[in-house]
Amino acid sequence: MTAKKELLKVEGLKQYFPIKGGFFGRTVNHVKAVDDISFTVYEGETVSIVGESGCGKSTTGRAILRLDEPTEGVVSFEGKDLTELSRKEMRAMRKDLQIIFQDPYASINPRQIVSAVIEEAMDIQNAVPKKDRRKRIEDLLQTVGLQKFQADRYPHEFSGGQRQRIGIARALSVDPKLIICDEAVSALDVSIQAQVLNLLEELQEEFGLTYLFISHDLGVVRHISDRIIVMYLGKIVEIGDKHSLFDNPKHPYTKALLSAIPVPDPDHKKDRITLRGDVPSPINPPEGCRFHTRCPFATDKCKTDVPELRTVDIMKDGHQAACHYIEEIESGEHKAKDYSAEAIVGKGQEV
Amino acid sequence: MNSSENILEIRELRTSFFTDEGEVKAVDGVSFELPRGKTIGIVGESGSGKSITALSILNLLAKPGEIKGGEIRFKGENILTYSEKQMREIRGNDISMIFQEPMTSLNPVYTVGQQIMESIRIHQGLNKREAKLKAIEMLKLVGIPSPEKRVDQYPFELSGGMRQRVMIAIALSCNPDMLIADEPTTALDVTIQAQILDLIRELQNKLNMSVMMITHDLGVVAETCDYVAVMYAGQVVEFSDVRTLFKNPRHPYTVGLLNSLPRHDIEQEKLKPINGTVPSPHNMPKGCRFAPRCPFATELCRESLPELVADENNNQIRCWIYSDEWDGDPEVNVHDSEERTAKG
Ligand SMILES: Nc1ncnc2c1ncn2[C@@H]1O[C@H](COP(=O)(O)OP(=O)(O)OP(=O)(O)O)[C@@H](O)[C@H]1O
Ligand SMILES: Nc1ncnc2c1ncn2[C@@H]1O[C@H](COP(=O)(O)OP(=O)(O)OP(=O)(O)O)[C@@H](O)[C@H]1O
Ligand code: SF4
Ligand code: SF4
Ligand SMILES: [Mg+2]
Ligand SMILES: [Mg+2]
Repeated sequence: MTAKKELLKVEGLKQYFPIKGGFFGRTVNHVKAVDDISFTVYEGETVSIVGESGCGKSTTGRAILRLDEPTEGVVSFEGKDLTELSRKEMRAMRKDLQIIFQDPYASINPRQIVSAVIEEAMDIQNAVPKKDRRKRIEDLLQTVGLQKFQADRYPHEFSGGQRQRIGIARALSVDPKLIICDEAVSALDVSIQAQVLNLLEELQEEFGLTYLFISHDLGVVRHISDRIIVMYLGKIVEIGDKHSLFDNPKHPYTKALLSAIPVPDPDHKKDRITLRGDVPSPINPPEGCRFHTRCPFATDKCKTDVPELRTVDIMKDGHQAACHYIEEIESGEHKAKDYSAEAIVGKGQEV
Repeated sequence: MNSSENILEIRELRTSFFTDEGEVKAVDGVSFELPRGKTIGIVGESGSGKSITALSILNLLAKPGEIKGGEIRFKGENILTYSEKQMREIRGNDISMIFQEPMTSLNPVYTVGQQIMESIRIHQGLNKREAKLKAIEMLKLVGIPSPEKRVDQYPFELSGGMRQRVMIAIALSCNPDMLIADEPTTALDVTIQAQILDLIRELQNKLNMSVMMITHDLGVVAETCDYVAVMYAGQVVEFSDVRTLFKNPRHPYTVGLLNSLPRHDIEQEKLKPINGTVPSPHNMPKGCRFAPRCPFATELCRESLPELVADENNNQIRCWIYSDEWDGDPEVNVHDSEERTAKG
């Protein structure tokens, strides 16, 4: 790729949610949902954020759009720091930054016909002159594979996949540069999911869109992404282009995650890394490496020292992982403890 | 197949909901069998009738649902003719079910132990102390750490993975011969899912259980099942052993499903979705239910419904292509994607 243009740059982003308690409803603690993460998204690419439930994927997306005000950090879009903007300036920015949510049912007003749903988005942004809107709405519906006449229908007259298409048409209506897709295809049956994924790819080509794609489905992510960010408990543990990440994962968590996904091939040989227990709470996340309570490679050092994202010789351009023992695990010098028996019969650790 | 080898045989099961808008034929002529000690996967699009089939087996349908016909043979006996009292026996001793929503199926106001003990005491006539010991044993069996402590906790104090383990403990506490698991891991993270699937498999071997696994995840099917029934719009369209289903799928819907699936383990060029959407239950096509989306559909397909037909290996298919009556291209190849896109 030549001279990639930075579109979105996230630096030191933190999102702490206060937990109220005690007699006076004071803040007694924080949920450290996102804890100091940094990454860049280049124009025209698709970057995915993956990780297990509660690791901070949606929170990251919401903080970028300031749907929740971030606790700390800088979010630059085309060089402009979004966290410095006034509410009004931020609203204007939403023309360039759109979001599509998981639930096509909840994110569309059921009492509006489809054309009104889309027109409302145009209205807020004043993106399209009033007299051109009807034509634009009909064009958009066709772009996302619906019919012109469906502009006058209510959302309940559509299937789940069609409603997701309405959500996409609405996001496209203001000509955005970046679309954040938060589990945008997760609720759909695979046959419909494939239709929507193909549509997203076609639209990207046609309009030069950039996607920040949030999903827990590694199959979907491999298919749609150029680069991938793996999060665990509010931190980025690994980042890299999709080939490096899938073919050559370096962080023990990424390896375990990939090995845990069932493969739709009965002849596939399972070589599974079994993790102990559940994900710990983000309220008091483990000290040191956050993964140490479940990591089969953890040592005493992991309990105290926080590993930083870094790259080593065996990792190709831009591929980084946050683990103290990348080299030693790779060379076989540092071996995993076998917890598989424990995980099944139940001597797993307390969580 | 000889019926004594099958723990469960379902024949032409029909279950409907009688709603204000008319009859919804949720399950419309479903047939399959489950050999003893084996696992069958039930897959299919949302709304295809998977859960309703399961609820019909246990006679747990809520109004306005009603079983209208067919046979459900469990250990050779048609349990559709059983009284509610007899069914309670079956549910307490023979067939257990893990439900689709783990959060809603545990009672929030009782401790985990109380809920397991209730199930044990009803069915095994133990006293309170014995039941509690058994409950702790069950929690241990499903891999819950510190079971002596957990037994007195409430569901909200447990993580999603642990709640699902508790559900399994309750389901297994009566030593059932058959377990019905309805999307047992859908709400869980993959690393936890892997633990739960290992657990079910291990317990199945230990207790020699037969399992009916309802899931939309073809990876889970490939990994855990011996047989698969693919459902579409209230009917089984393909039934076969798991290898045949993945290596040589025959029904155009099954082929389409596999072609739509984005995979994490291999690089794919482009996904090949199935066009269109499932038919509305109020407006079912007259012929093959899949005809409006099928790239191979002919006049015959649109006019009349194909039967589910078994071959010599008892692999079953509901599609005109495999019949003598087929009126389309005699050389048709359901795996030919060119053909699919050209017509679709
Ligand atoms: N408004 C809020 N107040 C308090 N805690 C919150 C809030 N929003 C999110 N959290 C917590 O922050 C953590 C991260 O949540 P987030 O929704 O970002 O997870 P996620 O990675 O998107 O998970 P999922 O895959 O389940 O959608 C969770 O522990 C969540 O409970
Ligand atoms: N109480 C009800 N009233 C009317 N129709 C119902 C009722 N319950 C289920 N149905 C219909 O029965 C059909 C089959 O539903 P079922 O729950 O078995 O689907 P499923 O295959 O389990 O889907 P999913 O994958 O979404 O769980 C659907 O069309 C559904 O709309
Ligand atoms: S730093 Fe230690 S605990 Fe963390 S992933 Fe590496 S080996 Fe495991
Ligand atoms: S019967 Fe006809 S429409 Fe139905 S799946 Fe077979 S070819 Fe397609
Ligand atoms: Mg989320
Ligand atoms: Mg269901």
